[in-house]
Amino acid sequence: MGSGKATCDGSLSSSEFLIAANAFAEKWKKFNSGFPEWSWIDSSDRLGFSAHKHNDGYLSLQNVVLQRDLKEKLDDEGSSNDHEEPLDNATLVHSSDGDGYRYDFHVVYSSSYRVPVLYFRAHSSDGQPLSLEEIEKNLPTTSANALIESKWTFITQQEHPYLNRPWYTLHPCGTSEWMKLLFEGDDSTTKRGKEQYLISWFSVAGQVFGLKLPFEMLKSIS
Amino acid sequence: MIGVELLSKRLYMMLLSTDYVFVLILAPRIGYLPLLSSQLKPFFCGALPPGVDTIWFEYKGLPLKWYIPTGVLFDLLCAEPERPWNLTVHFRGYPGNILIPCDGEDSVKWSYINSLKEAAYIIHGSSKNVMNMSHPDQVELWRSVMNGKLELYNRISSKLKLGILGDEFSARSNPSSLKSQQSVNETEATAAPKASRIPVRLYLWTIDDDFDDLEAAPNFDSWDQISYINRPVEINGEGKYFTLLDAVKSILPELYPDSSNTIKAEIKKEEITEETTVESVETESTSGHPVIKLLRIQGIKPKMDIPFSWVVNNLMNPDYFLHICLYIKAPKPISP
Repeated sequence: MGSGKATCDGSLSSSEFLIAANAFAEKWKKFNSGFPEWSWIDSSDRLGFSAHKHNDGYLSLQNVVLQRDLKEKLDDEGSSNDHEEPLDNATLVHSSDGDGYRYDFHVVYSSSYRVPVLYFRAHSSDGQPLSLEEIEKNLPTTSANALIESKWTFITQQEHPYLNRPWYTLHPCGTSEWMKLLFEGDDSTTKRGKEQYLISWFSVAGQVFGLKLPFEMLKSIS
Repeated sequence: MIGVELLSKRLYMMLLSTDYVFVLILAPRIGYLPLLSSQLKPFFCGALPPGVDTIWFEYKGLPLKWYIPTGVLFDLLCAEPERPWNLTVHFRGYPGNILIPCDGEDSVKWSYINSLKEAAYIIHGSSKNVMNMSHPDQVELWRSVMNGKLELYNRISSKLKLGILGDEFSARSNPSSLKSQQSVNETEATAAPKASRIPVRLYLWTIDDDFDDLEAAPNFDSWDQISYINRPVEINGEGKYFTLLDAVKSILPELYPDSSNTIKAEIKKEEITEETTVESVETESTSGHPVIKLLRIQGIKPKMDIPFSWVVNNLMNPDYFLHICLYIKAPKPISP
């Protein structure tokens, strides 16, 4: 397969996904040290016998508390505070108490669409899973509107490919299209581009939840 | 054929504990279980208390995933085909933690269209053909799937231009195209694409007990026992004879640790085909390699050396996916 083409058409191979996932998790750890870390969930033995060829697995960020009020406040203040503090874009609160909703995010590779897919679920502080309506209500107003208007993504309920349970997901059918736009004119740095793929991708996908990447993290890839 | 049974006990708690309603109906393999609702309801509505019904089905305690085609569920869950298939139908208490919500026909249609979009993306690198379908065509297509109308389905779906692989065998079996050997060869040459991706969904059950007899196959009690692999088969053409075995290998290379790529020698291929038959030899199981005990597509146990293009063209579902059920016997993994 023409792997050199990967960044140009906005898609990613499964081995490139693994590399990009590692790069993303590392950068996240470096620039978001106050927050929970993304961890790689290795599922290469999920078939009941060891996989020699496939590095099977996904990225996971668990138990993130998203508080709507805080998010809105920050949005009002303007999005970029250029202080040195990595906590600037604190739409994330890592705590075990409080009454915010808890989110679990998984980034799973789709072999069909050849792009990463964001799976998520949410529950309230008493452990009750949230319905789609409650989740949509809890989203930042801007992204709620964007979800209605935009054609590039929408939330659906799908089976988590590794967990065999219904999870919510941002439908991946438009992902390669908008990733192509992000990478336009950037095909000179193909290998680098692939490594940074998830950072660029999450800078868009994460916005649905008001999750913003620190400016330093974005700057590190340009 | 599916026998559907309403377990009245569930509806009336202990009151009617011995009172069952049995209904025997025919369900299409390529259909989806909730679509049987309108057929089933008249039989059960008398027994239903007022309220909102959400139909779901259960087989031996396992809630059935409605978004998997009925025939695939049957092939997957009944190692030895059970006729009639005894299912329990429920109208209340939807197991939302296990199954994606289903709001009737619309949910099923939406799930089907999504699957079709995914298939189109795999084949063409874009779902546009499906997205840009005219509304009347979309309605007709769905009607053809729902009612199992093959001609209508063929007519509408051909507009999607999702022809996957040239089938080198149809040309020969079709009497009107009986031509010289040379032209048949030409057909084969043009039929073999440079590189293509085939939509495949693989349902895989790994068993660590050995069983010789399919009737003795253990039952599922949880979906966690089944791995689901949604990975297209990639064919890098060059006119090679690409078999079903090659396709399985490309999705599950870990099943064939010794043969890295395609089959090198004819003898080797035969050895592997031997392994894959149900009566696999005892020496295979002791060798420590996982072994295919059963491969079933559309109720058929095809030979592993038949051309994959034939399998795809003849056995795929209306969502353009080839659904393959695999039972694999593997030595128990060493748990840490």
